[in-house]
Amino acid sequence: MQREQLEMAPDAATDWPDRIYALLKEHGIRQVALVPDAGHARLIRRCEADNDIRVVPLTTEEEGIAQLFGAWLGGQKGVLLMQSSGVGNCINMLSVAIAHRTPLPMIVTMRGDFGEFNPFQVPMGNATQTVLEAMGTLVKRADRPEDVADTVNATLRLAFNTYRPTATLIGQRVIGAKTFGK
Amino acid sequence: MAEAIETGASGKLNRRAVVRALLKDRAGLLVIGGLGAPAWDITAVGDCPENLPLWGGMGGAAMMGLGLALAQPERKVLVITGDGEMLMGVGSLATIAVQRPRNLSVVVLDNEHYGETGMQETHTRHGVDLAGMAKAAGFADARLIREAAEVHALREAIHAGNGPLFAQIKVDEKNEPLVLPPREASILQARMREAILGPEAHLQ
Repeated sequence: MQREQLEMAPDAATDWPDRIYALLKEHGIRQVALVPDAGHARLIRRCEADNDIRVVPLTTEEEGIAQLFGAWLGGQKGVLLMQSSGVGNCINMLSVAIAHRTPLPMIVTMRGDFGEFNPFQVPMGNATQTVLEAMGTLVKRADRPEDVADTVNATLRLAFNTYRPTATLIGQRVIGAKTFGK
Repeated sequence: MAEAIETGASGKLNRRAVVRALLKDRAGLLVIGGLGAPAWDITAVGDCPENLPLWGGMGGAAMMGLGLALAQPERKVLVITGDGEMLMGVGSLATIAVQRPRNLSVVVLDNEHYGETGMQETHTRHGVDLAGMAKAAGFADARLIREAAEVHALREAIHAGNGPLFAQIKVDEKNEPLVLPPREASILQARMREAILGPEAHLQ
């Protein structure tokens, strides 16, 4: 089995990661907090190459909720990038953004969603939208590559115009399902 | 001559006196207070827009300091939190050490107990060395403090801006009188943003 079969990254020909990067610039995003996911790998590389964006790798995703609240206190906009499993690590910390009315956009690449191979990804993947919405987050899904940029744009606009946590879930169908040859 | 810092029955430093010494002549210092006693402590010393006392988000105080310090590199940022709160977010010490914000200080008031929930012992009661963990994570300056003179030196270091700086201060475990900050968190956020950014804060 090849390593490429284990990872789940968008096809090199697709342009939606670059379009997300362009939106981050358009919205003046200065802090990008993340726990890596293969689906975000290209976007992360674009952000790392940008001297006006501070990329902060986290030990757990909830750190990013706290960090972006601090960023907003200081007048900087941020975004949190993570995989669906990481949403489960954020739940109580979302109370910080809700109580303070902090703009908090999240861009989530889905696992456990469409043709998943790994049983451990399914419980959180299946619950991602439900638990985010239970915690007051506005959630929009993109299940086709051509919908990703518009959906992320809506998520950024809703966060910064209406002061709340928001999320785009990028479906596993967009990114490509791991099969491990099965 | 620096003022004396009173001690409690245990002989350890009194937490309110420590916070009063750290916030003396604070100038533009931005302060985040971890939930529970540290939030009451910073409020008792004097509530102001440059204070962000937390009512929740346990484990997040240090990372809030990081986000603020990165956004405002010309301002000094001080996180004052408790040992239980720091232990819940202890991975953030690694995240902060990698980012190396010179203007951020994280101070743990270590009473070795969960003071708001019935004084159950925390891991620091059993020898867990938070300053050592910060040092191992990569904080070049990580201090364990027991004496008043060290508190005064810490105050100077917080304003020097050679961070990131970490300090674990052993304090007496006695609960101090409640001095509660405003509880409407959107006001707490908005007032600090306005103090930093001016009226444009509300038009961003």
